[in-house]
Amino acid sequence: MKDFSNRYIMVFSVVMIVSVAILLSLTALLLQPRQEKNVEVEKKMNILSSINVTSTKADAVELYDKYIRESYVVNIEGERVEGVDAFTVGLRAEQKKPLEEQFLPVFIAVDDRGDTLHILPLEGKGLWGPIWGYVALKEDLSTIDGVTFDHQGETPGLGAEINTTAFESQFLNKSLFRDGSFFGIKVVKGGADPQSSHEVDAISGGTITSKGLEAMVYDGLIKYEKYLSKNRK
Amino acid sequence: MENLINIFVRSIFIDNMIFAYFLGMCSYLAVSKTVKTSMGLGLAVIFVLVITVPVNFLLEQYILKKGALVWLSDSFADLDLSFLSFIMFIAVIASIVQLVEMVIEKFSPALYNSLGIFLPLIAVNCAILGASLFMQEREYANIGEAAVFGLGSGVGWLLAIVALAAIREKMRYSNVPAPLRGLGITFILTGLMGIAFMSFLGITL
Amino acid sequence: MENVEKEPLFSAKYRKLLTNPLGQDNPITVQVLGICSALAVTVKMNPAIVMAISVMVVMAVSNVVIASLRKMIPGRIRIIVQLVVIATMVIIVDQFLKAFAFDISKQLSVFVGLIITNCIIMGRLEAFAMANKPWPAFLDGLGNAWGYGAILIIVSFFREFLGSGSIMGFPVMEKIGVYNWGYEDNGMMILPPMALITVGLIIWVQRSRNKTLIEENK
Repeated sequence: MKDFSNRYIMVFSVVMIVSVAILLSLTALLLQPRQEKNVEVEKKMNILSSINVTSTKADAVELYDKYIRESYVVNIEGERVEGVDAFTVGLRAEQKKPLEEQFLPVFIAVDDRGDTLHILPLEGKGLWGPIWGYVALKEDLSTIDGVTFDHQGETPGLGAEINTTAFESQFLNKSLFRDGSFFGIKVVKGGADPQSSHEVDAISGGTITSKGLEAMVYDGLIKYEKYLSKNRK
Repeated sequence: MENLINIFVRSIFIDNMIFAYFLGMCSYLAVSKTVKTSMGLGLAVIFVLVITVPVNFLLEQYILKKGALVWLSDSFADLDLSFLSFIMFIAVIASIVQLVEMVIEKFSPALYNSLGIFLPLIAVNCAILGASLFMQEREYANIGEAAVFGLGSGVGWLLAIVALAAIREKMRYSNVPAPLRGLGITFILTGLMGIAFMSFLGITL
Repeated sequence: MENVEKEPLFSAKYRKLLTNPLGQDNPITVQVLGICSALAVTVKMNPAIVMAISVMVVMAVSNVVIASLRKMIPGRIRIIVQLVVIATMVIIVDQFLKAFAFDISKQLSVFVGLIITNCIIMGRLEAFAMANKPWPAFLDGLGNAWGYGAILIIVSFFREFLGSGSIMGFPVMEKIGVYNWGYEDNGMMILPPMALITVGLIIWVQRSRNKTLIEENK
């Protein structure tokens, strides 16, 4: 290999950096709308699946507009916060703020039966990484009408089972409130009491994920306690 | 503090770079023939990780993340440069490795003689880039957490390679089936060690 | 470079560039390169296939780029130039995955980025592309990526089939109905260490068939 002068090396690096920068910015610019659309569609599909509406990538946006009537943000005191779009609130960023400043999104849906449902988002930690989900509450704002959970990289076959229907359907008709105060849902290892309206079975072999999920449901929803109590019928 | 210890222990034992994510396998397999050299490489990896992860953390926080450039001007609030992170991270790593090499050579020739040959290898060690990418994905809260994560990952990597080297030194006297000798048995060994490491799963402090 | 007489596009020598990495020159089982980013994505077949294709694209293109620039690249900064070319390609692939294969790009997460430090790519750029013309470099890139992808796909096939009872997401075991006879999926195959052990076994099989690859007990 022959040797090159320092000036040649400088010019070469500058040309290389400029051409790479142009190429990358172009790609990013061209593909960004599509990527953002993917993220949006996925979130809408998640929200819809908590009220038992199965959507595909093609019709998620349309169905979302059909079922979700309203969305707004409340604070820890249960008061509406104006001027914030609930859909774009990132829960992970919110959780890092002090409690009083956190935005808590609420989505209001009307399903095919004509029932009004409150959908609340959740975000927590599993064994390997983040887990998240949405809980849909019936009009009494305590009984669960549907949930959807998902995860980034829980162990397949073990912790990853939280996004299966078998696990999620256990939450149906459980209540968050007991004797008028917030209680949450316990994820019980080795068999939940079928009579109890506050317990579901943990995933065998997925203890840490189950615990993380229990904490996510409790920590996430207790922030809505004042909002839920105020608006209960 | 508790959080830092938790991150430290987690990154050594549970999210071990080798056993959980197979990162840095190329040099892991190539250099693990004797304990002495693997110790050297391990130390070099720790050294580089402790520097690059926090530096890349700052880069991520103040340049790459969406809205990270607001300290320059409010008009950058919507600018998202995260698509550049791969290339920025690798550039930082390559230049820091080069820098570290020069500094060590100048100020501590003895250390340079023992670590020096490994340093160029490290720029292309997946564990180094991997740690920066995991740091980005897991969104550590501050630079302290990022540094501790870098340190822990490095220590975990060192543990893995020294343990494997110790076993391989003894393997010389074992009667391994001919086709499995060398690479094959090393893979299987690493797998078995990984299973042993899985018993740490779920530990939190 | 002296102008040798033009070789046909697929001469025997060039065909070897494509076929050798599949067997006796396999990047993973013989050259021991590129294991890093590979094995963590072999739990299911679909991500493994996407990963293999991504590596193939990155490798073929960067091999061609480096081979065509090989006389212009200053020796002193060649490693950085190679890294920049690879990183650029990987970013483009990553952007395309995020736009067109969103689900799989989420599963691959940081491992797409780790293609950058995949030793196969750096190794082939340094060893082959820097000294050869673009066309053989292209074939060399394809061949090595294919050899790498083949191992990925074999490993993921066994891990998915035995661990989750499906092939490419299709629940084969359930359709056959073996669960009714008391069969259960082997959860062990899903755990990360089993990827290594599977590769170890593949090496064993390969080397028993091809004795020349056996290592001396040093």
